[in-house]
Amino acid sequence: MKRGLVLCLVVAALLCTGSLSFAQGLQQPERAKAYATAREIPYTSVPNFLKMPAGVYMGEGIGVATNSKGHVFVYHRSSPSKLYHFDQNGNFIKEIGKGLYGFAFAHAVRVDKEDNIWAVDEGTDTVIKFNPDGTRVLMVLGRRPESHGLPPTPAVGTPPLMAPYPQYRFGRVTDIAWDNAGNIFLSDGYFHSRVVKYDKNGKFVKDVGTRGALPNQLNTPHGIAVDANGNVYAADRGNRRIQVFSNDLTLRAVYDNVGAPWSVCITPGPHQYLYSSNSNPDNNNSVLAAVTGEIYKMELDGTVVGKFGKAGKQIGEFQTVHAIDCRNENELYVAEITGWRVQKLMLKPQTPQTASAR
Amino acid sequence: MKRSLQLVAVATVLLMSSPLLAQLTVPEIPYDSAANVLTMPADIYLGEAVGVATNSKGNIFVYTRTGHPSVVEGTNRAFRFGSSRLFEFDPSGKFVRELGQGVYGFLFAHTVRVDPQDNVWVVDEGANMVIKFNPQGQIVMTMGRKPEAIRIPTPTINAANPGGAPLPGAAPAGGGRGEGAGRGAGAPQAAPATPPAPIGAGVLGDNFNRPTDVAWDAAGNIFISDGYGNSRVAKFDKNGAFIKSWGSYGTGSSQFNTLHSIAVDAKGMVYVGDRGNRRIQVFDNDGNFKTQFLNVGAPWAICITPGPHQYLYTSNSNGTADFENGEIYKMELDGKILGKFGKGGKLLKEFGSVHEIDCRKENELYVGEITNWRVQKLTLRPGQAGTK
Repeated sequence: MKRGLVLCLVVAALLCTGSLSFAQGLQQPERAKAYATAREIPYTSVPNFLKMPAGVYMGEGIGVATNSKGHVFVYHRSSPSKLYHFDQNGNFIKEIGKGLYGFAFAHAVRVDKEDNIWAVDEGTDTVIKFNPDGTRVLMVLGRRPESHGLPPTPAVGTPPLMAPYPQYRFGRVTDIAWDNAGNIFLSDGYFHSRVVKYDKNGKFVKDVGTRGALPNQLNTPHGIAVDANGNVYAADRGNRRIQVFSNDLTLRAVYDNVGAPWSVCITPGPHQYLYSSNSNPDNNNSVLAAVTGEIYKMELDGTVVGKFGKAGKQIGEFQTVHAIDCRNENELYVAEITGWRVQKLMLKPQTPQTASAR
Repeated sequence: MKRSLQLVAVATVLLMSSPLLAQLTVPEIPYDSAANVLTMPADIYLGEAVGVATNSKGNIFVYTRTGHPSVVEGTNRAFRFGSSRLFEFDPSGKFVRELGQGVYGFLFAHTVRVDPQDNVWVVDEGANMVIKFNPQGQIVMTMGRKPEAIRIPTPTINAANPGGAPLPGAAPAGGGRGEGAGRGAGAPQAAPATPPAPIGAGVLGDNFNRPTDVAWDAAGNIFISDGYGNSRVAKFDKNGAFIKSWGSYGTGSSQFNTLHSIAVDAKGMVYVGDRGNRRIQVFDNDGNFKTQFLNVGAPWAICITPGPHQYLYTSNSNGTADFENGEIYKMELDGKILGKFGKGGKLLKEFGSVHEIDCRKENELYVGEITNWRVQKLTLRPGQAGTK
């Protein structure tokens, strides 16, 4: 009975969003709510920052992250998926995890505060922790399914999986973040619709979420970030909102004015900022690309500080930003799916944002 | 009633364009073919030589279907890559290098072209992508997006019309885009406000469905024939920003049935090899239909020479399972036929489904063949016409 009620609610929510999109479908697709009023942040893109050796190619730019030395790690979809390591000047150093059992379909790479490298793979549903130089695997979360032949593709219209989800298995897991204690938070994912918390040793603590559009529900949680106070920011892309949870996964706030958050990133330091990308969809639809593509800079409380960028193929334009690295507030790396590249962006805010000026 | 009228019209067109009629009146152009024009390294082989093009230095690029498609298993999904490679040779045919080793978008080769700045453009029908390499061999632009995962079981080709009509069950607009719970979920909630698009019109943008070929006008605007799944020409500016697209599936003017090849002349006119309709359609730079050439069979591959007096070559290629037809026509840009040469077959000078022609030099052509797994360099001697 209770289950039936939940189902009813979900159906109602789906109908709701359905009719909304139908109504809006009569007009042009809309900009993010904050677009009109958000100030432009001037910026430049460093041309050809990453130097690819002859015969080495980047595929879809999926994940990018820097370590404390400024080295750049790129996890991209190639043949099949590869993790590349560059120095702080963009020189190619090496490939990490060549032929690794967990590398099939890249989704994210992040570097923790000890400089360990974590790769999130939505193909094998594993999250792999490497030591800082990428020579050893230190921990694996999830498990690649055993092979018993290729299973048929689920039919179009197959209903999404609903909670509860298994504690130690993922459904196209998307991203990873940590709090100061080293607890691990994952956004999981396309098939599952939850945020899941593990302790630093990989032991399950709890999770929140099921598929839907209500508070505490998610529709493709696509990115995740944690601030210095341990609050968890989940990029609820399909619902076009960021849901903010406390460290024990209690819903605290919802930011629904910055479009569909493909990627979120929180800067370190005493005054933290939140970047969120309202990326142009990866279907290369020019009508949708015309009203998307910008990245927002926000205070952690949701106040929009500014925005920058637009969809396009030229240097400085964005081709579906899939990851942001924001270790330096005004020196960002962005990875782009449809552009097969990583850009280094130099932001030039006109009024310096400091803690004292706030 | 209207439909039957259309059928009659189509039948008439087919009769008129019968190869027999064409062959009765068209002079033969004498030609030779150099044997073994490409020298391969010991452990590299060409497969189906679907793409061939030269750059300004005379170097030869071949985009070939070779090796094996690989499938990587994931949770509930499978990912495919491999089985196409891009090679460069010097003007003497000596192997220089491979470009794009292991590139994500090399899946099922269709064509390669070199632009006036010597950038190398690859069109991949399987990945739904057009990939631009600079002369150094780095990727500088990508258009379209490879489907994330393959369907299992995969859709079957319509055996009655292979490569012709859209795949059964393919979405009419930009279909074949792979899987996706969550696909496009990042889109604004509102879908674009459009009535149902005609079949094959596709999605506005660089969203391809089995694209086939690429060409440029003098300003650098990009024209892409798209293709098997869609039935449209898409135009972009030199930076890859979408300008417009035109066409849908059908037999009328500005309709296509497998537009398989495309070329642009010095004035910016766009020539489209409308293979399934056995005609070349000519458009102005904005996509307005101007004329059509109905008498040169099914244009598998077309090419326009550079220089002050431009010519159009078009191949009425034999099918991949027969020796019928196979001749290449040389034409003026107004459609006047100047001559023809070649036929289907497996010997030197014969053609195994010519899939691309390079005509940077009017009388020194390269042809890539599907079924013969080779590239031939042809030397034409039009001055000796009639000496067959």
